Amino acid sequence: MMRRITPLLWLMFSAGGTVAALLFPVHLFLTGLAFPLGWLDAPSYESLHRLLMHPVTRLYLFVLVSLPLFHWAHRFRYTLYDGLQLKHLTELIAVLCYGAAVLGTAMTAYLLWTIP
Amino acid sequence: MSTEPHYTLYHPRWYRRRVSVWWWLQNRSYTAFVLRELTSVFVAFFALVYLWQLRALVHGPEAYAQFLARLKTPRVLALDTVAFLFVLFHAITWFNLTPKAMVVRLRGKRVPDWVIVGLNYAAWLVLSGVVAFVLLRGR
Amino acid sequence: MPSTIALTVTRYRPEGESEPTFQTYEVPFRKDWVILDALNHVKDNLDGSLSFRWSCRMGVCGSCGMKVNGTPKLTCATFLSDYLPGPIRVEPLDYFPVVRDLVVDLTDFMRKLKKVKPWIIRNEEKPLSEGEYLQTPDQVDTYKQFSMCINCMLCYSACPIYGLEPSFIGPAAIALAQRYNMDSRDEGATERLKILSEHDGLWQCTFVGECTKVCPKHVDPAGAIQQYKLTAATHWIKSLLLPWGTR
Repeated sequence: MMRRITPLLWLMFSAGGTVAALLFPVHLFLTGLAFPLGWLDAPSYESLHRLLMHPVTRLYLFVLVSLPLFHWAHRFRYTLYDGLQLKHLTELIAVLCYGAAVLGTAMTAYLLWTIP
Repeated sequence: MSTEPHYTLYHPRWYRRRVSVWWWLQNRSYTAFVLRELTSVFVAFFALVYLWQLRALVHGPEAYAQFLARLKTPRVLALDTVAFLFVLFHAITWFNLTPKAMVVRLRGKRVPDWVIVGLNYAAWLVLSGVVAFVLLRGR
Repeated sequence: MPSTIALTVTRYRPEGESEPTFQTYEVPFRKDWVILDALNHVKDNLDGSLSFRWSCRMGVCGSCGMKVNGTPKLTCATFLSDYLPGPIRVEPLDYFPVVRDLVVDLTDFMRKLKKVKPWIIRNEEKPLSEGEYLQTPDQVDTYKQFSMCINCMLCYSACPIYGLEPSFIGPAAIALAQRYNMDSRDEGATERLKILSEHDGLWQCTFVGECTKVCPKHVDPAGAIQQYKLTAATHWIKSLLLPWGTR
């Protein structure tokens, strides 16, 4: 079954990689460095909550979190397979990686759906 | 030859070296490649950080304040710095490799690689500006 | 300029040894000599038992591929002067079984090249009366780069995936398949896609990119493979959305 969906997995890896490449640097810089270190003021709870009310924001966040997770799953699976030569565990690794990505996506979808 | 070779494919006296599990340390290109692949771990890490932030936002202002406070601890800051460097490495290698996969032909001629790379970097700048604007607008 | 340079060469004599060893030869250093010249000097004057492949000595036959100081190179195109003061390590290509000294077995490579059906596939042959196929320079340009392959196997020797997964079909074979896919005269893209979508086909590639780095003819097999991945993925989507429309 894995073989039949390989093109899909590669497409999601590519999409996730593009999302991560285009958007993660700025998000990580702001949320991970600029805001905690006080270089810039972090957005208030109210402003973020207001943003979250827009369905566009929710869609954006869904894409921002879920696609890169699938990017990681695909890439990490091959890194373990080739890098550590774990060929005998290939099915287990695939299930764990893609499974984790699916779980993360589900959690994101659930949170975004149930925002008050 | 139209048929399979008539001699055995695996002659016992041929020497076959087994690939070492440290193959990726044997040469700089291979090591750079593995580092590039490992950027995906930090990509996943940050996706989870954002998922955590989303959870905090859903749970209310105190949870969000707690989230912001946790980000200020030195261990998380150090991790974020390393993650940022790896994510940058991912972005740069990704943009530089995009034209290899996406060959655009305009009126029969192939668009040169530097145009595709340039467009990617331009999109990066524009999108980063938009995101920064949206996030810094409501303080 | 020194008058000699040392060449440390792999020796493997299956009739007496179970593992390769190294042997060092002191060869004359000449500014215009390549590694192949040095090896031929060894064979002619120092040690006639050294075995290695070579033919055209000008970079078009693909016979003389070997590892020079750890990098796969055509020995007829690699100058001694680039490796001063030496010693220069010359070994057989990686990831292929060593038959003797610097000679490796090519069977796997040949088998894989054939597997991708590297010829023009037509649904119906055009009869002679209809004349030749016509191609504009732009149409030639789409596949010309991939047609420059001289089958030297340097890319296979550089590809760690081929080393880790010997069933991987490999860069040259996929580039060759792409050369035919992009040829306007060819109608066999779907057939080749079926072959390359198998488990050890093109999806094993993780874009290390070493194959393109070592290719002496600038074929860019890594680029061919990534383009092919995109084509295969778009084809897959089309077949999913329009199952009756794909040929």
